[in-house]
Amino acid sequence: MDKLLRITIDGRSCEVPQGITVAAALAHAGSGITRHSVDATPRAPFCGMGICQECRVTVDGRAHNLACQTLCGQGMIISTAAASAPLAGAIAAGSQRSASLYFDVLIIGAGPAGLAAAQIAAGGGEHVGVIDDNPQAGGQIWRHGPKAPAPKKAQALLQSLSHMSNVSLMHNTRVVQQLAPDCLLLEGLQHSCVVRFRRLILATGARERLLPFPGWTLPGVTGAGGLQALIKGGMPVAGQRIVIAGSGPLLFAAAATAQAHGATVVAIIEQSPPAALARFLASLCYTPGKLAQAAWLRFGLRGTPYLLDSHVISASGQANLEQIQVRHGTRQITLACDRLACGYGLLPNLRMAQALQCAQDGPAIRVDALQRTSLPNVFAAGECTGIGGMELSFIEGQIAAYAALGNEPAARALFKQRAKWQRFAARLAEHFSLSSALRNLPDADTLICRCEDISYAAVTAHSDWRNAKLHTRCGMGPCQGQICGTAAGFCLGWPDPAIRAPFTPSRIGTLMQTCDTLAAAPEQSNDGVMSC
Amino acid sequence: MKCADVVVLGAGIVGAACAAELARQGLTVEIIDASGIGCGTSGAGMGHLVVMDDSPAEFALSQWSVALWRELESEFGPQQGYRQCGTLWVAADDAEMQVAQARLEKLRAGGVICDLLDEQQLRACEPSLRPGLPGALRVPGDGVVYPPAVAAWLLAAQRPWASCLRTRFGQAVVALKKNGVQLADGTLVHAGAIVLANGMGAMEFVPGLPLAPKKGHLVITDRYPEMIRHQVLELGYLKSAHQSSGASVAFNVQARPTGQLLIGSSRQFGEHDPALDPEILGRMLRRAAEFLPALPALHAIRAWTGFRAASSDGLPLIGPAHTQADAPWLAVGHEGLGVTTSLATAKLIAAQLLDLESAIPIAPYLPARFLNLQSAYG
Repeated sequence: MDKLLRITIDGRSCEVPQGITVAAALAHAGSGITRHSVDATPRAPFCGMGICQECRVTVDGRAHNLACQTLCGQGMIISTAAASAPLAGAIAAGSQRSASLYFDVLIIGAGPAGLAAAQIAAGGGEHVGVIDDNPQAGGQIWRHGPKAPAPKKAQALLQSLSHMSNVSLMHNTRVVQQLAPDCLLLEGLQHSCVVRFRRLILATGARERLLPFPGWTLPGVTGAGGLQALIKGGMPVAGQRIVIAGSGPLLFAAAATAQAHGATVVAIIEQSPPAALARFLASLCYTPGKLAQAAWLRFGLRGTPYLLDSHVISASGQANLEQIQVRHGTRQITLACDRLACGYGLLPNLRMAQALQCAQDGPAIRVDALQRTSLPNVFAAGECTGIGGMELSFIEGQIAAYAALGNEPAARALFKQRAKWQRFAARLAEHFSLSSALRNLPDADTLICRCEDISYAAVTAHSDWRNAKLHTRCGMGPCQGQICGTAAGFCLGWPDPAIRAPFTPSRIGTLMQTCDTLAAAPEQSNDGVMSC
Repeated sequence: MKCADVVVLGAGIVGAACAAELARQGLTVEIIDASGIGCGTSGAGMGHLVVMDDSPAEFALSQWSVALWRELESEFGPQQGYRQCGTLWVAADDAEMQVAQARLEKLRAGGVICDLLDEQQLRACEPSLRPGLPGALRVPGDGVVYPPAVAAWLLAAQRPWASCLRTRFGQAVVALKKNGVQLADGTLVHAGAIVLANGMGAMEFVPGLPLAPKKGHLVITDRYPEMIRHQVLELGYLKSAHQSSGASVAFNVQARPTGQLLIGSSRQFGEHDPALDPEILGRMLRRAAEFLPALPALHAIRAWTGFRAASSDGLPLIGPAHTQADAPWLAVGHEGLGVTTSLATAKLIAAQLLDLESAIPIAPYLPARFLNLQSAYG
């Protein structure tokens, strides 16, 4: 029997299982709608990972909180109505606490790479801080919830870290800006902190490539990894008909999660042609574990059609998703469904690296053999240095930590293991390259900017991102171009928009904190696990 | 062979206004910008249309121009973001209340409608402001606008003067010639007259221009409709704006039509790096939060900087760069009042170029007040 929490959603009291996200609670209690867009159409969680900003709701009087990244609490009051301004006096000025912290090694990202790095660095006796914007450690691959336990390897690692007094794990914490080369401003749920460090390890992982098509803003349409994350957060899908679409091995993982939670997976739609997929499967014999995993996933979904050389061309429905149109080879088919989870593979999450101005190799952070970036004392590990899966991330995290400790022999001892998974990563990239047909999916009316409701036609009337932004408001919303900028990059070939502080929507109270204000009240704390 | 009567450099709000006004007068105009419309200071500012009275000349220009903006109101669409929201100049203490009283009398004497709000009236008018503020000067005729969209509107094909207007984007002007300008690809654009409306960029062509960049920071929030209604500034802003060295911040917040709050302002001298300065940003926001106590709880979604092209005497340079024949024309140096005074600036340029009667005396704005200016012809 689940332990239940009593919460209030839009004035109605209801009970939801403990440990679920606010996004999941909204779906438990009703439609799952989180907000109405600028053009007054209903929206629901989309990316599932705190990027797209579609799931902003008011929680306990604080507007614009991300429902997918917030866990329900006893007595929580949630509102999906348009934000209203807090009146003067309702919130005491400067009520948020602030702290000043120092770490020998600061790690951004608590996925496999970040946690592996933390374990090594802490084992070396260093004071280690790990910050992560998700409500729990584990990253996307080890995301877990009340009905979705973390894998054993993750549990063991988290258990071991929780016993180390020199590791501080700060979840629900985001980097807001860089105050100095060795100093970052962070924001937690209730307070901010200025953190100094001697060495920094970027383990910011990956994000899903989400591409626009007609109907992609309908409630019921999410990313593929996004759906998986939402389900792990407690989003109910039992009895729902779900289509999983896009590209890459993640589709099977998402389908398996949906099926395990009671959904009917109507079809899996992969844009790669059969020949590419066959080559990928053949290449898996170099990594028998991955081959077995693929076979197991496919076996579990043996009743589900797997359509190759296919992609979703549009989604439609009244208030919610009702059906999708799919291009299957040369044919067009219609599938009825309650949800569409569509993601075109993963992209290294580069925002922090770009903010710090680390050099890049293509779409990944440039690192040398010791996982060193172009900046002194800044290392990077895991999928932010290239998509390669959990195993590669884990080893890279260990290498980065050894390198940060100055223990080069220990780092080198792991090179051979890393090389094996690097070859797997190369095959992954080679076999799931995207079809150029996907560039032409949006039609003139498709909203490319989901925050500001800007149509594709409006944006393509301009020659570059800067002009499109200035004259249409595309990219001016709270996601700051993370969704539409990526879409414009893919469809139009425009370069990534530059990143500026605040790196993510942040309280003004946090931006009010600077080295100046904290110099007045220095305070150091490195003891135990603190939740920032 | 002449390609255009006039070529205008810079498609910001000042350049667009000049080009539109000259085209409206029947001249053929080509406007050139390497980046596009409103990509410079116009795209970085607040778009506050405000009557300022630091000097009689500034008062005359800004008052006239704000009136010109109001005449255009009915023609704008929602994109241009024009709203006659009025300005509230908030007094932080009793001494500033006396400043407000003095300004009230001065503005009224000049024919500007305005009134003085006491503590209660201010609370009723803007309930989000800190309790206990003694009052404010209200100037209801002021407004706000979204400058890049206005610049685009002035240059759009739908305007009656569009047939006289050509735009050329994506190429920088590398040299002024006696009979036109030369572009980066070597193309010569012939013109009878050249108007430099490219802010700090004009210094490249007229060495010795008494211009300096004043860096500013702005922050915009997520949507919080109805939190404030006016453009709200502290009277201390005037002190900040007058400082000629160091860095200063002042409370200056605007409600965008979207329900977002646009928060300023800062001024830094001798800064050329467009990067955000966290210390200045923090100071600016702390100052704003002293007036708006709920501010720390709001989400900021974006912050940026811009550079105001400020002249050494605080007034813009509008007119021929020097007395030699074929001198380029200047429409630069507006500092923080470029949007406000763009329409009047365009009228003054047209009046001089076409020898028309001007609504206000031109002399205070003539570049000739600075000696020794010369243009560099490449």
